[in-house]
Amino acid sequence: MNAAAVEITGLVKRFGSVTAVDGLDLKMPRGEILALLGPNGAGKTTTVEICEGFRTPDAGTVRVLGLDPARDGAALRPRVGVMPQGGGAYPGVRAEEMLRLVATCAADPLDPAWLLDVLGLGGTRRTPFKRLSGGQQQRLSLACALIGRPELVFLDEPTAGMDPQARRLVWELLGALRTDGVSVLLTTHLMEEAESLADDVMIVDDGAVVAQGSPSALTAEHAEDAQLRFRARPGLDTRLLAAALPEGYVVRESSPGSYRVIGHVDPQVVSTVTSWCAQQGVLAEELHVGRRDLEEVFLELTGRELRT
Amino acid sequence: MTTSRFAPGTFTPAPGRGRLGRMLATHARVETALTLRHGEQILLTLLIPLALLLGLSLLDVLPAGEFAGMERVDWITPRILALAVLSSAFTGQAIALGFDRRYGVLKRLSATALPRWLLVAGRLVAALVVVALQVLVLGGVAALLGWSPSAAGIAFGVVLLALGTLCFGALGVLLGGALKAEAVLALANIVWFVLLLAGGILMVPSALPDAYATVVALLPSGALAEGLHAALVDGAFSAGSCAVLAVWAAVAAAIATRTTKLT
Repeated sequence: MNAAAVEITGLVKRFGSVTAVDGLDLKMPRGEILALLGPNGAGKTTTVEICEGFRTPDAGTVRVLGLDPARDGAALRPRVGVMPQGGGAYPGVRAEEMLRLVATCAADPLDPAWLLDVLGLGGTRRTPFKRLSGGQQQRLSLACALIGRPELVFLDEPTAGMDPQARRLVWELLGALRTDGVSVLLTTHLMEEAESLADDVMIVDDGAVVAQGSPSALTAEHAEDAQLRFRARPGLDTRLLAAALPEGYVVRESSPGSYRVIGHVDPQVVSTVTSWCAQQGVLAEELHVGRRDLEEVFLELTGRELRT
Repeated sequence: MTTSRFAPGTFTPAPGRGRLGRMLATHARVETALTLRHGEQILLTLLIPLALLLGLSLLDVLPAGEFAGMERVDWITPRILALAVLSSAFTGQAIALGFDRRYGVLKRLSATALPRWLLVAGRLVAALVVVALQVLVLGGVAALLGWSPSAAGIAFGVVLLALGTLCFGALGVLLGGALKAEAVLALANIVWFVLLLAGGILMVPSALPDAYATVVALLPSGALAEGLHAALVDGAFSAGSCAVLAVWAAVAAAIATRTTKLT
């Protein structure tokens, strides 16, 4: 019973010429919430689907609760709850009917009526799945993942399509899962979700882990490299500003009109930046010196350009 | 954070697999309910066979030589029952499976403790229930039209209907589990139409050229229609028809276990 919730070493998965997962390592202790964070196509869903036994790896080993999901699926599935991306239900099935069907698969399920109520689905029990809103479908899918009292749940983008209230509710529920000793592996695009929920965050890009640690450890890394942010008109020549600063400082226009100076920020640097802006005849607005948040760590590591 | 609406211990793990009998019953009940709730499925499985039963029994559209002195309804009813099986177990089943895969139903259910074999078994039980309901409705209407099946052949007829349902069910899973939903929809309807007109359901093999008649008798549609005719008209057991259906069922099931995809 002391096996890790999930342990992955050297995982590789290819689809034709595309390598979706490229030597990924992961160790998730029991009773923790681990967030896999990464841009679209980073390999998060593929990794989770291999853990769920839906795909087989091309190389590497995967152990879930000490079992091999590809070989020991029948023993593993009763112990694991799964929320696939985009849900999964008969278009014509009623919400309660679907949840009760999944509940009969478990030996000692939660009360379906209660779970629908706490997830705000009490008014949609007899509504066909296709007529539920996206957020309601997501909540029903979450209910299906939890109904069997699993030891471990895999949640693939659990709050996608949910309004802020529903998202808060789900976060609260995930907190309750952790309190009760359920292990949670979730994938997300939302920095706030990873930052406020997860014990551990793994940033995944191009099929491999590029950073790992608690949210505070990740944002504290290079903490001495505070940064200076300001807004001004778009298109300033950042190379000129970098040249005005001592060697080693990086200046970026992270989005049009939003500038970032990375390096050790002292009063002299602030003065240099503002006087350089004055020379350019522009006003530096919203000047801010501070530590990075998880989003900046994420963008730093995975690049800023939009992937296709 | 404010106090949680979830008392500690609410989600304490207690994993385990449910009872197999209950899983099978619930899965089959949901599948049956979805079929009966679905308008297009009702049209295909009940209204079209019913319209053909009424039309061909009451109107003088079939060549009289076909039923040589028999009541028209006695001749047409076994063939309509064969059509009913083709419609629900094959065409309806294939289309439903194609779209269930599209909507992630199979993935959702196979992520639970439900064993894989039960995913298929639940659908087949549902198919048998739907066929039983079709037979009750169509047989009841036929009886009102004066249908008098051979009493000796009714048990044979039930065996053939069950075997036919398993055979067409396996073929439906084979088609619905392999291709994209739209391709399944198109192909399942084309096959339905071709088998109805040229596969031995409405056209009797004996009325066809020899070589073609042999082929039709070896099709599951031809075998089921001829077997039901032998049972319900002549009270005879057609071992040949059963053998043809069993072989098709075995081959389709063997291929389907390799080709059926979850999504």
